[in-house]
Amino acid sequence: MFRKLFRYSKGYRLQTILSPICVTIEAIVEVLIPLLMSEIINNGLGTGTTPANLNIIWECGLLMVILAFVSLLFGILSGVFATKASAGVAKNLRKDMFQSIETYSFSNIDSFSTSSLVTRMTTDVNNVQMAFQMMIRILFRAPILFITALVLTFIKNWQIALIFLAFCPFLLGVIIVIMMRAHPYFKVMFKKYDRLNLVVQENVNAIRTVKAFVTEEEEKEKFYMSSNDVMTYSKKAEKIIILQQPLCQLIMGAANIIIILVGAHMVVENILGTKYGDITLFIMYAQQILSSLIMVSMVLLNIVMSRAALERIFEVIETKSDLVNPENPVYDVADGSIDFKHVFFSYSKENKKPVLKDINIQIHSGETIGIFGGTGSGKSSLISLISRLYDASEGEVFVGGRNVKEYDLFTLRDQVSVVLQKNVLFSGTVRSNLLWGNENATEEEMMEVLKLASADEFILTKEEGLDAIVEQGGVNFSGGQKQRLCIARALLKKPKILILDDSTSAVDTATDAKIRAAFKSYIPSTTKIIIAQRISSIMDADKILFLDKGEVISFGTHEELMKENEIYREITNSQMKGIADESDSVKKGEN
Amino acid sequence: MPPMRGPAGAKVEHPFRIIKRVFQMIFHVHPIALYVVFALIIASSLCTTFALSFLSRIVDVLVNYLDAHGTFVGFDFKEILIPAFCMAGFYLLLAIFTYIYARIMMNISQDTLKKIRDDLFAHMESLPLRYFDTRSTGAVMSLYTNDVDALRQMISQSIPQILSSLFTIISVLVVMIIYSPVLTLITVTLTTILVIVTRFLTKRSGKFFLKQQRDLSRINGFCEEIFEGQKVVKVFNHEEKCNEEFEEINNGLEHSNYFANMFSSLVGPVANNIGYLSFALTTIIGALLFIHKPVLFGWTITLSIGQLSGYLAFVKNFSMPISQVSNQVNFVMMALAGAKRIFDVMDEKSEVDEGDVTLVNVRSDDELTECEEHTGHWAWKKYRDGQVTLVPLKGDVRFFGVDFGYDDKKIVLHDISLYAEAGQKIAFVGATGAGKTTITNLINRFYDVQDGKIRYDGININHIKKKDLRKSLGMVLQDTHLFSGTIAENIAYGKKNATREEIEKAAHLANADHFIERLPQGYDTYITGDGENLSQGQRQLLSIARAAIIDPPVLILDEATSSIDTWTESLVQKGMDSLMKGRTVFVIAHRLSTVRNSNAIMVLENGRIIERGDHEDLLKQKGKYYQLYTGAFELE
Repeated sequence: MFRKLFRYSKGYRLQTILSPICVTIEAIVEVLIPLLMSEIINNGLGTGTTPANLNIIWECGLLMVILAFVSLLFGILSGVFATKASAGVAKNLRKDMFQSIETYSFSNIDSFSTSSLVTRMTTDVNNVQMAFQMMIRILFRAPILFITALVLTFIKNWQIALIFLAFCPFLLGVIIVIMMRAHPYFKVMFKKYDRLNLVVQENVNAIRTVKAFVTEEEEKEKFYMSSNDVMTYSKKAEKIIILQQPLCQLIMGAANIIIILVGAHMVVENILGTKYGDITLFIMYAQQILSSLIMVSMVLLNIVMSRAALERIFEVIETKSDLVNPENPVYDVADGSIDFKHVFFSYSKENKKPVLKDINIQIHSGETIGIFGGTGSGKSSLISLISRLYDASEGEVFVGGRNVKEYDLFTLRDQVSVVLQKNVLFSGTVRSNLLWGNENATEEEMMEVLKLASADEFILTKEEGLDAIVEQGGVNFSGGQKQRLCIARALLKKPKILILDDSTSAVDTATDAKIRAAFKSYIPSTTKIIIAQRISSIMDADKILFLDKGEVISFGTHEELMKENEIYREITNSQMKGIADESDSVKKGEN
Repeated sequence: MPPMRGPAGAKVEHPFRIIKRVFQMIFHVHPIALYVVFALIIASSLCTTFALSFLSRIVDVLVNYLDAHGTFVGFDFKEILIPAFCMAGFYLLLAIFTYIYARIMMNISQDTLKKIRDDLFAHMESLPLRYFDTRSTGAVMSLYTNDVDALRQMISQSIPQILSSLFTIISVLVVMIIYSPVLTLITVTLTTILVIVTRFLTKRSGKFFLKQQRDLSRINGFCEEIFEGQKVVKVFNHEEKCNEEFEEINNGLEHSNYFANMFSSLVGPVANNIGYLSFALTTIIGALLFIHKPVLFGWTITLSIGQLSGYLAFVKNFSMPISQVSNQVNFVMMALAGAKRIFDVMDEKSEVDEGDVTLVNVRSDDELTECEEHTGHWAWKKYRDGQVTLVPLKGDVRFFGVDFGYDDKKIVLHDISLYAEAGQKIAFVGATGAGKTTITNLINRFYDVQDGKIRYDGININHIKKKDLRKSLGMVLQDTHLFSGTIAENIAYGKKNATREEIEKAAHLANADHFIERLPQGYDTYITGDGENLSQGQRQLLSIARAAIIDPPVLILDEATSSIDTWTESLVQKGMDSLMKGRTVFVIAHRLSTVRNSNAIMVLENGRIIERGDHEDLLKQKGKYYQLYTGAFELE
């Protein structure tokens, strides 16, 4: 898992390598300093018979000062390199995640919530960045301190060194056991955190529903419960973690005492030429060795905690779109004809009840097709198969005479323009939103599509015109205005197939008719598929597809459907009742 | 109501006031425990100091026995065993104290954090809608993640760390002065340099940390918007463009992130190596003092070898806590910023609720009697002059000259007067922004009127308890929001203890039963992400079922059927009509076919009622409604 992480140091390799090198030099120099100190105490001060040696004091002393500066320099360098590298890794991770998300298919998008993706891109990446920085600094520094101190002790006094070594397994054992036991609790805790955040998000988004239904108390209970879960599991994990410090202190203390006693014994018996200055040295080394082990353990702990975050990050990066480009994609869509052959579709594999059942229809290029059906009859699902937003579960969908799976996805979606039911305008200007349809669109082209979509009037009344500000989600435009801007945006693509998924529901009938008339005269060769609730929006289509519970009930002209389909007739009559007596005026309104 | 971003990354102005408040919260949860922790921290840092001081004693014992030939004469090992045992004792005590205070501190911090989260949430639920109008979801959510997290770091790590470091520094300093005041001077001088350098570095990084938080929130906002509209991105092949835009923001974050962390990462090596520098200088000067034994003002300044060895060990123990404290500085800065944001929310004023009239179920035989069970009849329970009176709930709502604006500068409703008599169906028609939804928001007191009066069954709605007022109004809101949970749970949202039968009945009434039964697990299908996989129409049907199950005395339908096909809508309407028979219904709709059979239709324009009457009346008036109906005028 972490080896994979190092691949993300791309562009920051040099810093990633230099940081541990600098840290190594810093650590080695650091170990030498106490050595010089013991030299001064042992041989510089002089006792009894041996006279004091000022040369040793000055030489060693100056060397110590120089070494301290050398270590400072490399310490700073390693800090600079490590932060540069880790900031770079974080940047690369965010970039890869974002790019990966951009390749997701609709069904991939459905399986991640926005809030979870955003958390992964920010909080999780921050955690990993911290861990990475520690890895290339402390994770090198600590073992180097450990090894050099141990080696130097071995040279001076191998028996003391053995004592050091004897303590290491205890310390490591304690740390490993603690981490292994705490990790599963941390994992659960993170899950509980997700749940807590979900409650907050839902409450903020649906605060009006909460207040209207007076469910504040229930919501609070819900929150308290997940808040309690977070606390319980944090406590369970931390209860284990806090054992580490006192246990390490005990081991350190024991090591100190044994070294002092053994050291004193050696000094007295003059074993291996041990001197009293060495005792201080050994104790300092003991501290260095054991504290470096503790440091390693702290870093490992952080790494363990960030492993959960890293897993969540890689999940995003490694989720591959389940819609992939074919090997030799076709880059040209011949025309706007569409064929459905025995198409079945369901959103998930487990779902046994398909949303679409055995769809067989043929649409010729340039036709206008109306799709009509009750709520949840599968209209939106049907059209999403045309531009391969989803793949059919069974059967085949053909566009321009070829299976949609043969096309290059970019080409296909460029030629099939869909105005989604839940459509979105992005923060920016009217112009920046329109440019989504075609980056290189000229001012004239933009005005033309706005006119086609009957959106020119309200844009022109705005002082800033095309540069009028659009706020996130287009909240500063009314529902009908948003819909017309979305249609204009889709038209800029000059597609071979244009699909409107209930895109004029908030537009009044007269304007709706005007838009359809414009389609007829300006883009006659484009296949137009219109999903609508209003019969008036589709009754003049070449053919009407009547869907019910995922099945085709009828497919024919308005007149044919009126004749053969009772439900259609009934609905038409009920809808026309209001409009029929006024239909003359409607026509008037059009002119 | 354009969403505005909450103030981000504001500067912390009164850090001590915030720290005080954090401590107040801690003391509120555990009044005594923190004192115990203080005591234990002091005790454990004393233990560290004492344990180390035995080292110099042992070295001195050794040196004492050293004779002129460099051999030890008459040395008894027992003499150093006693100090060694003392040392062991102190280490044992240290471990015990450390464990106990860590354990207590863990409980304190976790309990305090839970309290902060819970208080924050409870307070948030009580805030008026105005609060939410001006903040994005992401901004509110980050209170619970980033800000509470920063506080966690401070309470559970920084506070004990800083406290124990401070006590260690003080006790080590005392011992150092006892050993050698001259050497202490060197150590203190170098430490002062260290503090100055650290302050410089943290100041620098602090500036970049603020910038980093801003960049972080920028990336947050960008990702939220793009991911939310990801399907549109796909449909328009806009992935590359988004990648480019993201790259730019991402690079900006990398820059501020690097500088913030770079400066703070230097604190470690600087503190560490200034420690070594001070170590080197004290060794030299200590050695010189030992040899030359200079006399200053009649004082011989010198020290024993044992004192020098011990002192040197202490120098290391002195610089370590200092660098530990300096490492915590950034965490504390971040935590203070987080705490400030949290306290700002907690200081927001809750919704005012001065009403005392409550809603009760009644049995209406001859006389009204209050009862527990649901009877389908309600009454308002008034307390006046110690007397309790029951006023039957009829659903008679009247507005008298109501003015309203979301802020004082811009009035959106002007002089609205209307009478909805019990059992009537009242419709509001008008362009987006004409004020239709606003009127219903005043009935349920999501907002309070600026001027004028609203009477509900003759009672000033300000006198009705908000909770009861809202319970009396079934609302189907413009935006359907579903909660994570099963379909059944979502339908029973306003009625926790509803039986499966009631749920199915409500679903049937809302005509939602057909599609629910076709879902893989039917009513037990789990909904996530606000019902992403359901169509808009299906979500609206669920929302209607949710209102139907509470069987409300008054119903408000705000564009409740806008995404439902007219065929299904007529079925839904039939169901709702039978449910609401004799009860008052307010309808807001875009589709005129939805409002046609209303008793009264109010046509709104720019916050004023310009026409009123039933369908026939309005057509005869040949005004705006007529134009709308005939399509001569556009509803925008």
